[in-house]
Amino acid sequence: MDDATIKEPTVELEQIVEDIKQGTYLLRLYVTGMTPRSLRAIENIKIICQEHLEGRYELEIIDIYQQPELAKDRQIIAAPTLIKELPPPLRRFIGDLSDKEKILIRLDLAPQKENG
Amino acid sequence: MQEIGSEVSFIPLSKSLTGIRGFDEITGGGLPQGRPSLVCGSAGCGKTLFGMEFLVRGATQFNEPGVFMSFEESEGELTKNFASIGFDLVELTARNKVIIDYVHIERSEIEETGEYDLEGLFVRLGHAIDSIGARRVVLDTLESLFSGFPNPLILRSEIRRLFRWLKDKGITAVITAEQGDGMLTRHGLEEYVSDCVIKLDHRVTEQISTRRLRVVKYRGSLHGTNEYPFLIDESGISVLPLTSIGLDYKVSSERISTGIPRLDTMLGGKGYFRGSSILLSGTAGTGKTSVAAHLAAETGRSGERCLYFAFEESQDQILRNMRSIGLDLEPWLKNGSLIFHGIRPTFYGLEMHLVKMYHLINEFKPHVIIIDPISNLISVGSSAEVKSVLMRLIDFLKANRITSFFTSLTVGGAHLEQPEEGISSLIDTWLLLRDIEADGERNRLLHILKSRGMDHSNQVRELLLTDRGIELVDVYIGQGGVLTGAARAGQEARDKAALVAGRQETERKKRELERKRQVVEMQIATLRADFESEEEEYQKTSAQQEERRKAIALMCEKMGRLRKADRV
Repeated sequence: MDDATIKEPTVELEQIVEDIKQGTYLLRLYVTGMTPRSLRAIENIKIICQEHLEGRYELEIIDIYQQPELAKDRQIIAAPTLIKELPPPLRRFIGDLSDKEKILIRLDLAPQKENG
Repeated sequence: MQEIGSEVSFIPLSKSLTGIRGFDEITGGGLPQGRPSLVCGSAGCGKTLFGMEFLVRGATQFNEPGVFMSFEESEGELTKNFASIGFDLVELTARNKVIIDYVHIERSEIEETGEYDLEGLFVRLGHAIDSIGARRVVLDTLESLFSGFPNPLILRSEIRRLFRWLKDKGITAVITAEQGDGMLTRHGLEEYVSDCVIKLDHRVTEQISTRRLRVVKYRGSLHGTNEYPFLIDESGISVLPLTSIGLDYKVSSERISTGIPRLDTMLGGKGYFRGSSILLSGTAGTGKTSVAAHLAAETGRSGERCLYFAFEESQDQILRNMRSIGLDLEPWLKNGSLIFHGIRPTFYGLEMHLVKMYHLINEFKPHVIIIDPISNLISVGSSAEVKSVLMRLIDFLKANRITSFFTSLTVGGAHLEQPEEGISSLIDTWLLLRDIEADGERNRLLHILKSRGMDHSNQVRELLLTDRGIELVDVYIGQGGVLTGAARAGQEARDKAALVAGRQETERKKRELERKRQVVEMQIATLRADFESEEEEYQKTSAQQEERRKAIALMCEKMGRLRKADRV
């Protein structure tokens, strides 16, 4: 049901964002193995990217079980964690990324008026 | 509950030595091995240091590598901060003995967007532990997570899971936490760490700060429940477990000289017992420091070491003053057998003084220590505190067979035999110095109030400060009471005069008698002479009489012949 409410405004939103920002999004998602929560997070971010960042994003999914040293380097504490490396400012999203509205706002993908 | 059940209680809990001086003694071997322990306290109480020392000592002394997960200070800051107490974290990190992981949480960057856990932390910690085979972990301060993550429910369950996980891995962990209002920790972490809780405290009373440590809880282990003072200095934390010393130390019957021959005589002819505690109390200016300095010099002479805590005078002042009574401490100072430690009593808290003394004593290993005067310490603490500190100090010294000599200034008016420290029961030999004022002068008297275990003199002696040191002389005890000083000298002179006078009188009487005898003898001689002349007279007369009779008879015969008288 979340999907239904968000999808409508995002169609025009995509246009606005494209007009204002040409920058590419660099996103990294750190998960811990293929747990249901990890899978949910992966699915959620993929949808967001496809819907709002088509053609101008780079998404990397990292399993810190496989590369534990990255947890220290990237300051990962919670899992899953999504880090928006670019464009600045750096932002961290923790959780399974199911709160799309919040994510869009913090990714600067939501129009200002929706924000308030 | 099952952990302290009757069957298991006989198996001692295995413990992990922390290497923190004194702490292992009060806990009987350190922190519970393979379990998390909570160290809590207010800001600046030494939590981080406790954790770091636990880790570094583990890595350097017990070959147990460790992971320090810091939530507050970065690696650079920690490295710099701990370099000042001699922990070379760079080197330890390079040798894979220690890993420092700085967990940076920037609240403003974080957005909660659904379900999560702290698996990232577990992965980090697990990776760090596995990469160096760590046996110890410090989490400093885990509660910082509460400010970074908005959902306390998730945090609580994750923290609980973290402790469980550490326990399963057999890691001995120290978790630090900030003290909360009316609680041990701000976020109630003590609920999760049920094995061992340690509270650090930093208190300031009357501008003097004292750090204290208390083992709030130690499941399945005996532990001291008191508050123990601890010290943070250039070599880390030292906890003072002095109260845990019992009364089972060995005593010595060896004697050491007091440095004052006559005082040795008074103390059964041999001086103090080695390892005994001696108190010299007296009013101002009675020569307490001089008596103490004699002991210091004697210790040097016998080739032993003496540590002199001077709370009132500087080293130079004591040296100068002692030279004036012909006591040169310089040689012992030069050959290192005498060390002065001068510090103002108000400089530290009482416990800190004790810790300092303890340190110096451990370093220098003296045979004799002198504290001149202990009464000055009272200005730092209450009398109960002073007693407790001195009791622990004396216990510690006795256990180490160190002779301790305390001087105590009795304030005018106070009862001489009851110094306010109330420590007389701790003292083996108690010398009392007092001055008596009479005939316009003050004189010093010394006597032994008690001296355990030896046959000591009960006499009062007068203490003279001469240019050859201290001399003890007998006081004059006569009809006029005890006389000292000039009065004693005067009385002695009068006695002498009286004695001389008496002798002269006797001689005069003797001469008179002699004269009388001569007179008598003369009279006897005269009488005898008279008698003899009379006897002579008589004999003469009687001889004449005979002559005369003979002559008459002769004449009669002649006459008869002439007359031719008839012969009948």
